[in-house]
Amino acid sequence: MSNQVALTGNEAIANAMRQINPDVVAAYPITPQTEIVQIFSQFVADGEVDTDFVTVESEHSAMSASVGASASGARAMTATAANGLALMWEILYIAASTRLPIVMPVVNRALSGPINIHCDHSDSMGARDSGWIQLYAENAQEAYDNTIQAFKIGEHEDVKLPVMVNMDGFIISHAVENFNILADEDVQEFIGEYNPEHTLLDAENPITVGPIDLQDYYFEHKRQQSEAVKHAKKVVAEVAEEYNELTGRGFSYFEEYKLDDAEVGIVALGSTTGTAKAAVDNLRDEGIKAGLLKLRLYRPFPAEEITEALSNLKVLAVLDRAETFSDTGGPVFADIRSALYNADSEIEAVNYIYGLGGRDTQVDEIEAVYKDLQDILESGEVEERVQYLGVRE
Amino acid sequence: MSKVDLKEIAKQEEELTGGHRLCSGCGASIIVRQVMRATEDPVVVGIATGCLEVSTTIYPYTAWKGSFIHNAFENVAATISGAESAFRSLKRQGKLEGDTKFLAIGGDGGTYDIGFQSLSGALERGHDMVYLCYDNGAYMNTGIQRSSATPRNASTSTSPDGEVIPGKQQFKKELTDIVAAHNIPYVAQASPHNFRDLIKKARKAFEVEGPAFLNVLAQCPRGWRHPEGEGLDILRAATDTCFWPLFEVENGEWKLNYIPREKAPITDWLKPQGRFKHLFKDKNKYLIDEIQEHVDQRWETLLHRTGEK
Repeated sequence: MSNQVALTGNEAIANAMRQINPDVVAAYPITPQTEIVQIFSQFVADGEVDTDFVTVESEHSAMSASVGASASGARAMTATAANGLALMWEILYIAASTRLPIVMPVVNRALSGPINIHCDHSDSMGARDSGWIQLYAENAQEAYDNTIQAFKIGEHEDVKLPVMVNMDGFIISHAVENFNILADEDVQEFIGEYNPEHTLLDAENPITVGPIDLQDYYFEHKRQQSEAVKHAKKVVAEVAEEYNELTGRGFSYFEEYKLDDAEVGIVALGSTTGTAKAAVDNLRDEGIKAGLLKLRLYRPFPAEEITEALSNLKVLAVLDRAETFSDTGGPVFADIRSALYNADSEIEAVNYIYGLGGRDTQVDEIEAVYKDLQDILESGEVEERVQYLGVRE
Repeated sequence: MSKVDLKEIAKQEEELTGGHRLCSGCGASIIVRQVMRATEDPVVVGIATGCLEVSTTIYPYTAWKGSFIHNAFENVAATISGAESAFRSLKRQGKLEGDTKFLAIGGDGGTYDIGFQSLSGALERGHDMVYLCYDNGAYMNTGIQRSSATPRNASTSTSPDGEVIPGKQQFKKELTDIVAAHNIPYVAQASPHNFRDLIKKARKAFEVEGPAFLNVLAQCPRGWRHPEGEGLDILRAATDTCFWPLFEVENGEWKLNYIPREKAPITDWLKPQGRFKHLFKDKNKYLIDEIQEHVDQRWETLLHRTGEK
């Protein structure tokens, strides 16, 4: 059973949280995530959930309390954005390496400074190596779907990792959208009961969590963590399939949009992929063979599947809504180029950094990117490998 | 408070076993063993990064009989908040039974300084947990750097006695008072040389509903520079000189638990510790007077606050 509703992205996430009914939510307000904690606190106040809502004094404590709760066998959630995520940084790594399946929506926002409250991916991209599984969404429907799937991925016995559900700040979080919401009981049935093997609250079988782990064992534990991330890739696909059976929606790692016969293509993630689809449609009308690969799963990175999907392209642009300040382009670009290298690909790949601090990216700008790709295709030459889209130079 | 029978308590099983790697003469393990004897319920222990944590959980070993979690340095109060919230939630949903206590432990660095915000937040929210600070007055785990709990003029590795600066410049932060200002049900200052007092306070802390805070002075032979066997005598001097008054604040009621018949001179506390050695040079004698004056003022304040004067 599902219902069509008109809600903002934040309302969608808050409702997903209500339906998940986590045991503990520890969260702190930050624009543009604030609405999520506000709406959820009303669910708590109205007794619609069994959750113990911990109104922490900072995001650092939000993640710290989530670690304590998750290690105690609770389903634990928090939500944040930008500087809040940055304040959690230290504990992101601890949550992942302690193998705690915490779920955290991140409403993507530019990381200061200068301070800016609008969308880009500088917050979550910085956390890409923290050991969290990262899912991205084009719209509220996908953000909702990803939230429902997150616990099932993270809690899988071969995974046991935290999951970050990303959603573009304001563009998705504050825009009202028609989307399908599952029935509460379907969500409960889908995620199932959580019965972790070890918890701090099992006094009969006490455990020591977070011991000091020196030269003798640390490396093996990190190696196990890498293995869990490998497993996560498989589990993300399994859960997506199961979710698809239930809802008829979704895809595992990425969505291919008119990619089959495309010569020029774009790889992107987040809300701009919707804009890119419009650009692809316009260009197709002009006879340009344009295509799009929209990433859903960014960590772990499905490199082989991506290069396989891109293999018919001749020229590719990767759009990054974050800068790495490496002078070699954005984070997604680095991953894609590395994947193409492994695949012995001859696709020419360039990078556009766009939309920083919420700068709007419009259909004609994406069309211009495809036109640049056409020029490269014709001339065989790349003038600038990394460019900035929509900035005043 | 239920009756504390020390004979019975002495028979209780150790929660922190021997074989840990703390230095000989360290106060932290003595304090933990005393405090944990004050309850018979299972205890989930959380520890901030520090000596006690690194010395008792060297993987694949653990000195902890019960459930234990270490998260990071500044967040033990938040971590235990999360565990306690999980317990409350799961119990409410009928997924758990029985009673469990929650104990967060930090050194002075993890409590007075870097963990201060996390502590204040947890106390304000009212979690049913005990926070135990073992205060040895410096960052001992990283090699004796000054903290806001370091006493005035102590020589540490970041507030060394030098040609122009005679050790730490500031008096110690009165953390116990600050915690009391949170109006939580139980706050106490204690010392392990007076184990009867400490265990009683720990019992009260475990038994009250809501947050309780124990600030316990802990000797550190390495940092304080004294022979390993003299720690408890020095702690006794700390209370006899009124440098470390033993008091409690129970539901807002302040009470002194030990009033020395005759207040000993502060030199009784300073003299046996190498970190204060430079104070006994002629040119620094005035500093001892200043410390004495500060201790006297603090004691007067406490006498008034507790209605003893």
